Order: sequence, then structure tokens, then C-alpha cells
Amino acid sequence: MRKLQLFSAHGGLETDDLRRKGHPSLVEGIAFALLRLSMLLVIAAIFFIFFDIFSKGIGIISWEFITAMPRRGMTEGGIWPAVLGTVYITLITAAASVPVGVFAAIYLNEYARKNIFTRIIRLSIRNLAGVPSIVYGLFGVALFVRALELGTSLLSAGLTLGLLTLPVTITASEEALKAVPDSFREGALALGATKWQAIRTNVIPSALPGIITGMILGISRAAGETAPILFTGAAFYLASLPSSLSSRFMALPYHLFIMSTQHHSIEKVRPIAYGTALVLIGLVVTMNMSAIILRAHYRKKMRG
Amino acid sequence: MLIPSLALWGVLEESSAVEFCLREPYPALFPHVLKQKGGLFLNRKLETAIAYFFTLNGAFVIFILVGIFALLLSSSFAAWQDVGFISFLTDRVWNPSGFVASHFGIFTKIVGTLMVTAGAMLFAVPLGIATAAYLAEVASSWEREIVKPVIELLAAVPSVVLGFFGIVVFSPLLARIFNLPNGLNALNGSILLGLMSLPTIISIAEDALTAVPKEYKEASLALGATRWQTLSRVIIPAAGSGVTAAIMLGIGRSLGETMTVIMATGNALQFPSDFFSSVRTMTATIAIELGEVPADTTHYYSLFAIGFVLFSMTFLVSLLADIFLHRAGEVKKL
Repeated sequence: MRKLQLFSAHGGLETDDLRRKGHPSLVEGIAFALLRLSMLLVIAAIFFIFFDIFSKGIGIISWEFITAMPRRGMTEGGIWPAVLGTVYITLITAAASVPVGVFAAIYLNEYARKNIFTRIIRLSIRNLAGVPSIVYGLFGVALFVRALELGTSLLSAGLTLGLLTLPVTITASEEALKAVPDSFREGALALGATKWQAIRTNVIPSALPGIITGMILGISRAAGETAPILFTGAAFYLASLPSSLSSRFMALPYHLFIMSTQHHSIEKVRPIAYGTALVLIGLVVTMNMSAIILRAHYRKKMRG
Repeated sequence: MLIPSLALWGVLEESSAVEFCLREPYPALFPHVLKQKGGLFLNRKLETAIAYFFTLNGAFVIFILVGIFALLLSSSFAAWQDVGFISFLTDRVWNPSGFVASHFGIFTKIVGTLMVTAGAMLFAVPLGIATAAYLAEVASSWEREIVKPVIELLAAVPSVVLGFFGIVVFSPLLARIFNLPNGLNALNGSILLGLMSLPTIISIAEDALTAVPKEYKEASLALGATRWQTLSRVIIPAAGSGVTAAIMLGIGRSLGETMTVIMATGNALQFPSDFFSSVRTMTATIAIELGEVPADTTHYYSLFAIGFVLFSMTFLVSLLADIFLHRAGEVKKL
């Protein structure tokens, strides 16, 4: 109210001044309608993609489709080796990227000072997040497959994907650590705990749900990636399931790629391609959703 | 006098109560510290070791980035020794196994990548910013609650699924609309890349718009501006740096995308004449050829050199995004 009085004391703005340029309310109406239209267009596109994949893929999905081996040059049967390969590869990715990612996040949030070293680390993280996935593939071929002589294997591909997901894991873990109130740290320190004791007993346990959320988000990205595993271990077709870390493997995204571009009778295997796409999307979206729900639940708990 | 006093202020600010406690675990006040296994001295050593351990893990990120850079650069030099740096970048012909002479020119691929990215941005930028503006300033809270997770859903869709979608849906559609033999061309790739970069553009632009200080908006409204005038002439310009960063990150995503373009653009080696011609991007070239090429040949190294050019482009874009985001942070502090 005081502000308004000040304005009117100096003459203020008359209603006429506001209306001078055409009809602002009409312009505003049109402008906001256009903005809403853009938003609806984006949402419609998303629904269109999901609806198309779901409606055309659901027909072939059955327990057998998921758990059977491919038969007759992959024109019949299921996608079990690809499902299993994707599960294995995401587990290896998590094992490779989560420890380093969480430790790096602990450094950044708990130990790092505001200096040039920390700035370079943060800059590196942001830049790594922007490095194209095919470049990680090149790096994986040169380092893991050839220099370290791991060959094209589950391990090479998992380590390559581990590097790829590292920025996601670090950023999410740091967010989780940042959300822990300082009083948790100060309370422990005031009781005579050392810094590490405070982090171990107070900070990490309360940041754990957030860290797990970040982990799920990271590996859900790894599960859908194709380019980094093309040359580090994914196989066109394998008659047997992977038996060790040095085996090659089939993976859902690579399987979809083959089924839609490389297979000898592409039109015939289209239903299998749709089914694979649906299983892959279902897997990734389920992981994402559970991460989002976990995060929401955890935030509510932190506030309450 | 100004500089030393500023430095002193910085020191005081950094040494919070927490760190003071850490440096002086006062034995008289905390007797159990002394009774712990190994005593105070060993405890301190352990603490230092742990601090170094975490620092090492933080530094690991730098090692990876430098490692990628060094590896790509050294392989690229091997390629450029045989091909020549200038002709590598400017030769239009890429024919690694030519009968008379092999050519390793990536100019056509650079054009292909830039074309597909530009096409994607042409519609993703206006659409993304408009959606972000709607979410930040117009939408009711329940609209936001629904729309934002849906957009996150799009971000989760694997690129290979979008590529598949390009093959089965957009390709026949484009072929029918424009009367083409098939719809696997630059336009198809652009549409998919645009869709793909939308979540990045929307979420970062929306963050930038909501971060504009409330006072800007209040002042504008108090002066009699309408909500639309406030949005278009105050809030969007004030969030300019953050919105630019959002566009940069969208461009970065499009430049580096592999699977979508490999599946949707047709991968022809010819120099593209328009958006209806099939193009082969830099990423697609690496993905198609790396599996077939013998190691340690000029062809092999040339693929790494393409990777280096790609890495440099995305690095530059990320760096620009970073600068703009930093500037956006400065605005926020005002």
C-alpha cells in the first residue's frame, strides 16, 4: 500500500496510460495462448511417441518373448540374451561409477575449498557431461579394449559406460549431500567426532536415498546407450548367454538397432523391434520413475 | 589496503566454526578422543589420509577429461601426418579404400552435422523457450506438476528408440508429404534431434526464468506493465544468459548424438544439397566404420581424428554454456 501511495503522490500512472498501446489484454491473451500451444505441442509429441511404441509393441510382449532365446536367425523367439546383457551391463556400470562418483561428490561438498583446483574439477564434470557418447566409445576402444587388453567384453563396455555416467552420479550425489543440513555435521563435531566420523555417521546415512536416486538415474542412462558399447563388447547375435566378465554380450538398445536397420528381413522382424523398443522404454522409464518417486518421498521426509 | 583486507575477509569467511573445531579437537573438552584406538595423533593422520583419498577421487574427473583429450589428439596427429590437417578438414571426398588414391576429407560430414543440428534448433529453440516461459510464468501449479514429469519422461527415452521412431513413423510420413522415395534424410534427423534436445532446453531455460529476482517482476508490474509485457521485456531479457546457456547445451546434445542420426538420416556420402537429401554426420561415420577398420591404419586414426573434431566442437559449446551460466549466476546475485 505504501508503494502505491508514493506513486500517486508523484502523479503516478493513470489507467489511460496503460491502455494507450492497443489492447494489452488482447495481446496478452494471444501471446499466452501461443505459449500454451507450444507446451501442448511438446506434450502431444511425447504422448504420440509413447502411444505408438506401446500400442504396436504390446501385442508381442509375453513372458515367452522376454525369457526365450531368439530363434531362426532372430526372426522368431524372444529377447532374453539382450535383456540379461542389459541387466549385467548396468550392474557393472554401477559398480564402476558409483564408488568414484560418490567419493568425488563427498570431496566436492565436504572437503573442497573455493579455489582454482575445485573450479577445474567442476568445469571438467560439466564438460564430461557434454562429451558425445561415441567419443566415450572411441576412448573405451583405445583404453580398455586395446591398451589394457580387456578385449571386447562385458568389462570393457561396463567401464566405458561407467565413465559416461560419472558426471550424472557425481552431480546427483552432490545434490544429496548438499541437502543434508549443516547442523548434522556441527552436532557430530561438537560431540568430539572428527570430520570423517561426522561424514560417515551423520552425513552419508541421511544423504543415502538421494545418492541412490542419482545412481538409478545414472544407470538408467547407461541402459539405453548404444554408441559406447558398439565396439567395446556388444554382439550382433550370440548363441549362448555371457558366462564371465570377458564374454561378449547382447544388449537391448543394440538389439533394437540391429532389428530396425541391419537385419536381413527388416519388415518381417518389425514386431520384434517394436517389442524390444517397448521393453527398453519400459525398463528405462521404470527406473526413472522410481528415482523420481524416491526423490519426492525423501524430500517430503526431510521437510517433515 | 583494499586487497589485503579483502584477502583477510576471505580467510575469515572460510574458517568457519566447523573447521576451527576440526583443527583443534580440544583434548580437555573431549577426553574420549584421546581414548580412541590409536589416540589423537593417529586419528589426525587417518583424517588427512581420508581427505587425500577423496581429493584423489575428485581429481579423477580431470584425469579422464585430459585422458580423452590426449588420446584423441595423439591419434589425430597420426592421421594428419598421412592426410594433412588442411585437406582433412576441407576435402569433400571421404573414400578410405579408393582404388587409385584414398581420400580422408571430412568437410561433407561437418556440413552434415551442422545442417542436422541447425535444422533441429530451428524449431526446438522457439518451442523450448516458449514452453519454458509458459511453465515458469503462466502455468498454474497443477499444470506444472503434470507437465514437468512428462518432459522428464522424454529425456529418459533412449536415443536408439527415437531413431527407431524416425524409421517407422517419420520416414513414411515425410516420404508421403514431400513425395520422396524414402524419408531417411536430414529433415528426419533434424526433427528427432530437436525432440531430443527439447527437455534440455526446456528445463534449463525454465530454471533461468524462475531464477530472475522477484523484484524485477514486481517493479515491472507496479509500473503498470501487463504480465505479457513483463515476461517478454523484463523476465526473458534478464534471464538471457541462462536461456542462451540452455540453447548451447541443446546444440551440444544434437552435435554429439549418434544413434538417432545413424538410423534416420540415410547416411549417404554425397554432399547434401538440401534438407531432403540424405546426410552422413561425423558421429555416424565413426559408428559405421570403426567396427570394420583394421587397427593402426590411417583410416582407423582418421576416425579418431573425427572424434577429436567432434570433441573440440562440443567442448567449445559446453564452455560457452558454462560462461553464460556463470553470468546468469552473477545476475541472480544482484
